[in-house]
Amino acid sequence: MTISTGIDRKPAPEPAPLTGRPSRVTLGRTAKYVLLILFLVVVLMPVYVLVVTSLKPPQDVNPATSWGLPVRWPWEPALEGGATGFDNWSLAWDALSPAIARTFLLAIPAAIISSFLGAMNGFVLSRWRFPRADWVFTFILFGMFIPYQAIMTPLVQMKTSLGLPSGISTLLVVHIIYGLPICTLIFRNYYTGIPMELMEASRVDGAGMLRTFASIVLPLSLPGFVVTIIWQFTSAWNDFLFALFLSNQREGPVSLALNNLAQGAQLANYGSAMAGALLASLPTLVVYIVLGKYFIGGLMSGSVKS
Amino acid sequence: MRKGVRNWGPPLLLVSPTIVILGIFVYGLIGANVSVSLSDRHSLSPAESFVGLDNYFSLFAEERFQHSLYNLGIFTLFFLVGTMLFGFLWAWMLDKGVSAEGVFRSVYLFPMAISFIASGVVWRWLLNSAEGDRASGLNRIFESLGLGFLQNPWWNDPTWGMAAIALPAIWQLAGYVMALFLSGFRGIPDELREAARMDGASEWKLYRHVVFPQLSPVALSALVIIGHMSLKVFDLIMAITKSIYQTEVPATYMWVALTSNDYAKAATIATVLLLFVAVLIIPYLIHTSRSEKAQR
Repeated sequence: MTISTGIDRKPAPEPAPLTGRPSRVTLGRTAKYVLLILFLVVVLMPVYVLVVTSLKPPQDVNPATSWGLPVRWPWEPALEGGATGFDNWSLAWDALSPAIARTFLLAIPAAIISSFLGAMNGFVLSRWRFPRADWVFTFILFGMFIPYQAIMTPLVQMKTSLGLPSGISTLLVVHIIYGLPICTLIFRNYYTGIPMELMEASRVDGAGMLRTFASIVLPLSLPGFVVTIIWQFTSAWNDFLFALFLSNQREGPVSLALNNLAQGAQLANYGSAMAGALLASLPTLVVYIVLGKYFIGGLMSGSVKS
Repeated sequence: MRKGVRNWGPPLLLVSPTIVILGIFVYGLIGANVSVSLSDRHSLSPAESFVGLDNYFSLFAEERFQHSLYNLGIFTLFFLVGTMLFGFLWAWMLDKGVSAEGVFRSVYLFPMAISFIASGVVWRWLLNSAEGDRASGLNRIFESLGLGFLQNPWWNDPTWGMAAIALPAIWQLAGYVMALFLSGFRGIPDELREAARMDGASEWKLYRHVVFPQLSPVALSALVIIGHMSLKVFDLIMAITKSIYQTEVPATYMWVALTSNDYAKAATIATVLLLFVAVLIIPYLIHTSRSEKAQR
């Protein structure tokens, strides 16, 4: 049982029979590939800029040559004894690594805890229902769509009045709470695919709800967990809004640290900001590359979250 | 339907922590936000009185807020059109079997995995408004390709500037819309296409009369998703321009109000934003839950 990504590869359709106008068919195909590759280049352009700029020593970052490849090796300084392209990277690493470590401590537990709560909710809302379960579901779902600005003012006041810390722990609680709706939605959709007969059989055997969940449903849940964990990890990692309102530069996650590095950057060390952007994106990119298929599944089931 | 507390008690108990938590942190805080927006709490000192809708009237009368709504409108227009157009085009091109489809799909989709803060670093530079000798980023490309007339001040343009902010947003999310459309294309049963081909429909007619009409639910969800993300745009603007007048939208204006301790104003802007999203989302939720029930 897998979550359908909906866009799994199908065998390519048979080529259209030649109808005496082969040149038009080939022309159309060529045009399509040219377009597809052109878009590919456009989409990758910002990555090219990030990489080449991050490898240039500050003296070489000049608007006139900004699209060019670096003119020297990244370990060679532009001036005798000056900074090199690699210095951009070590500068960015120094600025971001503590925040990157903190963000792992935020994103991993946030992903696991909300996924688990979401699994329990999804289970009772789809397979072990109670009267008005649909109302409860809509009540939960709405939390996914609200602009977080709409709760931010009282949330900030609440944080102040309770004296909550500006570090990762407060953000962790917030991400768990606001991750509940999406995780519930994903698991509810996923569990709808599990046959009802399994629940009935378990009930006949005298198993209660928790037992059924633990021994029958949980073992089938791995694909669902992969999706919610990827989803929650990525959104906690990439979050800026909560971080900005509830945290601060010294104790906050990587998005804040990167924003600070980038906004502080003068033209002279644009390179380190770009190196930092690449560093800060690596974890989510690795998730995307390694678990890409499930990532897409997550996008589908989560159809509706920013 | 199973009857009795013994049957529905336990499942209700299992979701009750979530109900309580979201009751407080979503509905409770929305209520608190609305009540702050109806008060005169314009500084750190506590509210003194209930002022009704005064904050709303003065907000909508404010030129600055109107400007932020105008910006949001321009941004939303370009963002919606751009993501739908490219998302659809890419999905359509990939639908008919392309070699290395996986490569194109992955590349078109990857920007989605990156934060707006990280992509803002590079887009801030690509959209640099300097022209001529000082030009960098896109303006520099235009200059060196002999397309100098295309150079423009990007987000610094007072009328269409917000369209420039939509570029990175399109870059980031067109792939997502593509994935949605592609799943729509792949969800159309092959029999349907075969039947149309048997009836002698040309490829174009097949798309026009069979495939496209089947895609309208997907197009509707994509519109709602992109539309509600658009109304909330915040990170991207903070990353590219910081919060400045030229690119101000309600979400960034709310940040400015809150950081200057004008709680009532921040809460008022936030409530307006919530209403915008609700107008878009509530009909959509009703629509989906109805069609879900019909399928059962």
